[in-house]
Amino acid sequence: MLLSRVAERVYWQARYLERAENMARLLHVFSALQLDLPKGTKLGWQSLIQITGHDTYFSTKYKQENERNVVKFLLSEKNGISLVDMLVSARENARTTREIMPTEAFELINGLYHFARDHAEKGLHRAERNNILEQIVSRAQQIGGLLAGSMSRDEAYSFVRLGRSLERADMTTRVIDVDAQKLMPQLEVERAEPEAREPYDNILWMNVLRSSSAYQMYRQHVQERVNGADVAKFLLQNEQFPRSAAHNLTTLTKVLAKLPNSGKVTWQVNKTRRLVRNADLQGLMQRGLLEHLDQVQQEIGKVHYKIADTWFLPSK
Amino acid sequence: MRVNWKTYNPGPFFDEIISSPGYARKPAKKLASYLRSLTHEELLQKKTAAELAIKTMGISFTVYSDAGNIDREWPMDIIPRLIAGSEWDQTSKGLRQRLAALNCFIDDIYNQQKILKDKVVPAELILNSGNFRKQCLGMKPKHEVWAHICGTDLIKGESGQFYVLEDNLRVPSGVSYMVENRRVTKRTFPELFADNYSIRPVADYPAELLDMLVSLSPRQVKHPEVVVLTPGVFNSAYFEHSYLAQRMGAELVEGGDLLVENDKVYMRTIAGLSQVDVIYRRIDDLFLDPLAFRKDSVLGVPGLFNAWKKGNVALANAPGAGVADDKIIYTYVPKIIKYYLDEDPILPNVPSYLCVDKLQRQHVLENLDKLVVKPANESGGYGMLIGPQASRKELAEFRRRIKADPRNYMAQPLISLSTVPILGDRVVEPRHVDLRPFVLQGEESYVTPGGLTRVAMVKGSYVVNSSQGGGSKDTWVVENV
Repeated sequence: MLLSRVAERVYWQARYLERAENMARLLHVFSALQLDLPKGTKLGWQSLIQITGHDTYFSTKYKQENERNVVKFLLSEKNGISLVDMLVSARENARTTREIMPTEAFELINGLYHFARDHAEKGLHRAERNNILEQIVSRAQQIGGLLAGSMSRDEAYSFVRLGRSLERADMTTRVIDVDAQKLMPQLEVERAEPEAREPYDNILWMNVLRSSSAYQMYRQHVQERVNGADVAKFLLQNEQFPRSAAHNLTTLTKVLAKLPNSGKVTWQVNKTRRLVRNADLQGLMQRGLLEHLDQVQQEIGKVHYKIADTWFLPSK
Repeated sequence: MRVNWKTYNPGPFFDEIISSPGYARKPAKKLASYLRSLTHEELLQKKTAAELAIKTMGISFTVYSDAGNIDREWPMDIIPRLIAGSEWDQTSKGLRQRLAALNCFIDDIYNQQKILKDKVVPAELILNSGNFRKQCLGMKPKHEVWAHICGTDLIKGESGQFYVLEDNLRVPSGVSYMVENRRVTKRTFPELFADNYSIRPVADYPAELLDMLVSLSPRQVKHPEVVVLTPGVFNSAYFEHSYLAQRMGAELVEGGDLLVENDKVYMRTIAGLSQVDVIYRRIDDLFLDPLAFRKDSVLGVPGLFNAWKKGNVALANAPGAGVADDKIIYTYVPKIIKYYLDEDPILPNVPSYLCVDKLQRQHVLENLDKLVVKPANESGGYGMLIGPQASRKELAEFRRRIKADPRNYMAQPLISLSTVPILGDRVVEPRHVDLRPFVLQGEESYVTPGGLTRVAMVKGSYVVNSSQGGGSKDTWVVENV
């Protein structure tokens, strides 16, 4: 039976890896987005910092929220938050659970870490950034694929899935939260006439979808042109799309059903699921989306604490 | 520029590949000519590829330093070291014999103490030894085996004969690197395997280790719970702890994962407590259990020692086994073999002088600049004096230390370690090596084919420890052709 300590490390390894992948995707999409915006429009790079929730920490280190500072902070800096540091944590957790993971898993995670560390500085330049970030995303996906194809569906794998699904659900809500509520109004102020704004609204919502690798799937599922309510609905409530909040919460319930003593965690996940599923997004688009997302994030946070309470070693 | 065996010059030392300039020893003939067939560029490419493989495979070890612990890539020279199969068969018999005798000795020391009563080994040497654990008196582990895993350091002298340099009976490490070196060499020189040489495989060590550990289980269940107990990720051998656990399919546990209830050991799992039968512990005796040994140990498990003494859990190696790997006891091993097995030792010791003996001490103090002086209990090459290379100040310091605590020191003549070629930046060059085979003893016994070859990467140096800049080599026991 899986050791509590090992369960915890496997869980965090999966979370950090997922978080690093999401960060790479966000930076990638943001960098591409700014090329689509009209001349003179300032892209709110600070909204990327807001997604991570580390705005205060950022402002103690940097005066300006410009592209270079933000990318440095989120990509390469030694600060415990950057993509490279997430991979340090993922690798450290993988290194300390090598005995239960497939051998190649550590080799891939280790390889990804070395790649990111060696190339992060170059990623500060726009010309190199896309290529590097794409490689990071693709290598991270390779790790998921390796685990799916070579790891027995045992308890350790369940904790990989718990970590990954929870992180995905969390990140998706953060992306909508920030892009929809913070980036958008800022652009609205700058370009007041609705007609002139429209194409950019469209681009921004596409940006939200791309941040979650969801654009193509959205197009296949939703026939309407890209609009805020449908995008939010897709990313929060669509059961089929693997990065949506609903899909990941459902995955959690399935994984939990196989684990011992999972009652309290399942209860919390179901509570979160109901909150996500029953929300009237059309109405919330007019008023209250921000509050709703905050609430969802809080409930997701509680899922983590229930998991820790149930299975991990009590902290000393 | 290609390898030229005519200009390769090992000097006065026994070289394991070349018998005289330009002439390879018999088992090494194909290796020597193969290396000659490659251009220098090809060799360097292979070297780079091997280094990259080591990095990607995450084969690492940890170096302690003032600036914190650094995880370093494992240093391996790509040219393998060869040992003839027939030579190894004999050596391996000697290793089994030695461990069997040492286990009889340890069991005797903690029970009847016949060997002390017969005055073959002086009682005060044992009872004053830092590795004697009086808490273990009266204990009878299963199969009467105390040292289940032994790393015996061998060296080849000028004649090419193996000598035993020391026995490591506590927590010997290095075996994972033996297995991984082979994995890297297979990637580097696939041409040499099968087509040219029949090389005895080393990859089954973890399976042998698991069988041995299972044979120690106190409970007669089909799948006893075997765990590897590590001090944690900051230990220099953590890579190995994790590696062995993984390869055996055993849990890798830290002290905090275990607890003792009613003299039984349990681990904390996601489904609650689960009983543990066999612990392959990679923690030193003194840190195993704060109730029995050092009270300040945070690595250990309170109550573990009692659980072991009650026979509810097996510990490998058993606490107290270190009493036989003290460097002073080492000098008595030939007598110990004779005493318990009534056989002559197959593998010779390096001649040694005991500082506790007045006459021998005299000799040591007078010839300090020609001898190697070792403290009884240190490992990893620490606290050693290499007389011929020492400064006056160091010699004086050791003279003082020996006089102050003669029981703690022994001395040996500096044996000229054999050499093997390493791939330098420009050419192949001879470097000194030793060999650490691993011997298992439970219900049955087992010896690794070859072992871990450690190599002093600095020209002329004898220091092979990885913690002090040594490297390693894959070691091939090749069938005679």
